[in-house]
Amino acid sequence: MIGWKDIPPGMVILEAGSAMKIKTGSWRAAYRPKWIEENCIHCLLCWLYCPDNSVKVKDGKRGEFDYDYCKGCGICAVECPGKKGNKAIVMEEEVK
Amino acid sequence: MTKVVAVTGNEAVANAFRQIEPDVCAAYPITPQTELMQRFASFVSNGQVKTELILVESEHSALSACVGAAAAGGRVATATSSQGLALMWEILFIAAGFRLPIVMPVVNRALSAPINIHCDHSDAMGARDSGWIQLWSENAQEAYDNTIQAFRIAEDMDIRLPVMVCYDGFIISHSIERIEYLDDETVKSFVGDYKPLFPLLDVDNPKSFGPLILTDLYHEVRKAHSETYKKVPQVVLRVAEEFEKISGRKYGFFEAYRLEDAEIGIVILNSAAGTTKDVIDEYRQRGVKVGLLKPRLFRPFPYEEIGNALKHLKALCVLDRADAFGGSYGPLYLDIAASLCNYSQKPLLINRIYGLGGRDYMPEQAAKVIEELMEIAKTGKVGSLKEYIGVRE
Ligand code: SF4
Ligand code: SF4
Repeated sequence: MIGWKDIPPGMVILEAGSAMKIKTGSWRAAYRPKWIEENCIHCLLCWLYCPDNSVKVKDGKRGEFDYDYCKGCGICAVECPGKKGNKAIVMEEEVK
Repeated sequence: MTKVVAVTGNEAVANAFRQIEPDVCAAYPITPQTELMQRFASFVSNGQVKTELILVESEHSALSACVGAAAAGGRVATATSSQGLALMWEILFIAAGFRLPIVMPVVNRALSAPINIHCDHSDAMGARDSGWIQLWSENAQEAYDNTIQAFRIAEDMDIRLPVMVCYDGFIISHSIERIEYLDDETVKSFVGDYKPLFPLLDVDNPKSFGPLILTDLYHEVRKAHSETYKKVPQVVLRVAEEFEKISGRKYGFFEAYRLEDAEIGIVILNSAAGTTKDVIDEYRQRGVKVGLLKPRLFRPFPYEEIGNALKHLKALCVLDRADAFGGSYGPLYLDIAASLCNYSQKPLLINRIYGLGGRDYMPEQAAKVIEELMEIAKTGKVGSLKEYIGVRE
């Protein structure tokens, strides 16, 4: 841990993407999102709305969840339009 | 080249803003600050400045917009009074914590309840520990001069802190006085081009403001913040020295008036210092050794220098234009007492509360205080430590 002399003015974080160091997946409690690939239209709304780094995108396509960062907030499941009324993200009970 | 004009305090400060031309100004009107921002808004709409003026729906929003603009990398100013400053409360600490060099004239006005639009210092005193530097001004000239210096102090790379420039509502903000304007070029080159530190709009160097910092680092962050204020006095003096070169007017941490050989003294802020100096002159003519100290840099408070300037006195009255409710003493009194507490030889102290809600401070009040101090110096006895003066029974 750094001492007080090493804190930059205004606590500004100068390292881009340093949030990746904090694995917020440990905050997840009761529920985790599940991706149902066949219902996914790859609109990437889940990626846009996710408050952390848990929706992975590769070559413009929606990829798997990275549960190291997923807090289980459920925003992605609410926002997901899915295909023909079938959600591509559902919240499931966390497996302990 | 200076120009002598007859203007109100608000007009003088608006003119300083015009000369400095901040990148962004977000403000909400409140008496007695309104005239300042109204005049500055005219400069904007007349095309005399290119400042982005953001008219917001509250002071909370005004200061929030200023925080955003300053973090983005702009030179930023706003202004307020009384309830407006109270509504900014939450954001005051954020502006200081982020080390954003925002400049804000505070046109001192009483706080509600009861609602009152006139001068006292309870607004700025309530914000004194928010981390903003505070410069206090006796008259329109000092308000103008302090505003210009405030940008240089705030933006100094050693500190980067927001600054309030305090001057008395109506008494100074709305009274016309003779003042000397510096010419535009002189002010512009004194203030210089704005140099941002960590601007968010520098997108090639991404950065984040406002992290969550918990038990593992918050204590260290606050220590680092506290240490920053130790560098402020030197910056204030350096800027004052340079300002003297362009204006011929001398500024420091405080003004000492006939204090060196004095036996009794008064400490007082802002416009009432002028009245007090007149009464001191009358008593000096009668051979009474009385002097005055008028703080200018109130935050951070120059405890050592002020303690040194006052410790030789026999009796001292601190006149507060703000009360501290809950049975405490006036805020200025507490700092003066703290500045003297470790000297073995020090004056007996009293605290008198005057002029709340714009109540006139009359020469007779100063005279009464001096008479009381003469008695305390003679007898060594303090009757009552804290009292209101100029109050009807
Ligand atoms: S549950 Fe919340 S944190 Fe997890 S992927 Fe969805 S939006 Fe992101
Ligand atoms: S919001 Fe739903 S449909 Fe859109 S990419 Fe994400 S999972 Fe697929």
